[in-house]
Amino acid sequence: MRKVKLATVWLDGCSGCHMSLLDMDAAIISLAGKVDLVYGPLVDAQEFPDGVDVTLVEGAVSSMEDLHKIQEIRLRTNVLVSLGDCAVTSNVPSMRNPIPVNKLLQRVYVEGADEGKVIPTEGVPPLMKHARPVHEFVKVDVWVPGCPPSAKAILSVVTDLLAGRKPEANPNPKFG
Amino acid sequence: MPQTISIRIDGELVSALQGQTILEAAKQAGKYIPTLCYFEGLSAVGACRLCIVEVAGTDKLLPACTTPVQDGMSVTTTSPKLTQYRRIALELLFVERNHVCAVCVSNGHCELQNLATSLGITNMRHWYNYPNLPVDLSHKRFVLDHNRCILCTRCVRVCAEVEGAHVWEITERGISSRLTSGLNQPWGQVTDCTNCGKCVQVCPTGALAEKGWAVEEMVKQNDNISGLAHRKGGQ
Repeated sequence: MRKVKLATVWLDGCSGCHMSLLDMDAAIISLAGKVDLVYGPLVDAQEFPDGVDVTLVEGAVSSMEDLHKIQEIRLRTNVLVSLGDCAVTSNVPSMRNPIPVNKLLQRVYVEGADEGKVIPTEGVPPLMKHARPVHEFVKVDVWVPGCPPSAKAILSVVTDLLAGRKPEANPNPKFG
Repeated sequence: MPQTISIRIDGELVSALQGQTILEAAKQAGKYIPTLCYFEGLSAVGACRLCIVEVAGTDKLLPACTTPVQDGMSVTTTSPKLTQYRRIALELLFVERNHVCAVCVSNGHCELQNLATSLGITNMRHWYNYPNLPVDLSHKRFVLDHNRCILCTRCVRVCAEVEGAHVWEITERGISSRLTSGLNQPWGQVTDCTNCGKCVQVCPTGALAEKGWAVEEMVKQNDNISGLAHRKGGQ
């Protein structure tokens, strides 16, 4: 049987959803036998490959890099999963949204800095006006809210997707 | 003594008293209708539209908390259509302001969050509004966070109808509507406030909270407020 090509991606989030993914105890061993983990912070791949079956997206879309990434990933993914509150609602990254970006950067990198008071522009992607949920930019197929979603909820969704089933509606989708 | 009448709720024949609302009759018959702005003992305002029900003979969805029962009325409390509209009402509340559950004092004890869970909401279909809203920390014991206020007016009503202090009111209109205290003053400067905290305890979200609690720690204690309201001669 062909292994399912699974990718994970980390946009504007704290990596807590990836931690929760790794927190599923022994289940992760049997899961590992069924998937090829082809991209994400847990593996070395530099390029997002073509023909990915399932991609789990952690984090909000917050910078131009996030935007380009998620658009590219959508084109190369069959089932896109918004994993966790940042991807689903924008959550904590959205708390900067009421503040204009230039004021925000000024406050953090100039007023808040002890030395080198300069707003970085080289090697960092420009921030978008708002950090927003993934589904406001690309089509999302499955939502798994939670901060982070429990390992059990992630396992249940991934198991369904690996079996080619539409994930059963999570009976307790909890935000926060 | 009010006249006893018969109505059907979800096909079941139940008796109700003339003058009761659909919600009161349903509660008495052990039927569940989701509510958010409603608080037993306070006047009902029908603001949140969570308690909408279908009534045979009209296409309009009617709020159960303000619609009086009529003899022979047939009410449906649960249907795909009602679930759809209840979800829309909740989703619009979520996108209107900045409800960041993960960092909220009421996370896990929030009526808005619990309703979203029970209605199976996994995402919001509308774009988030992200308004720039203040937090009023001027009161010595309590905090008002406009980001989490859903304008249910429970605080307005409990302060006016039970405590009798009339500290709270809604100012502005439409999307600009805001909860305000006193004569549009910071809460801490309102001399009419008796610091009783009833507004905090009836608030369904983390908009009104006690100071000093961290994320998930604010558990509202409002079991006795309906009783107090009834003794005051409320509804």
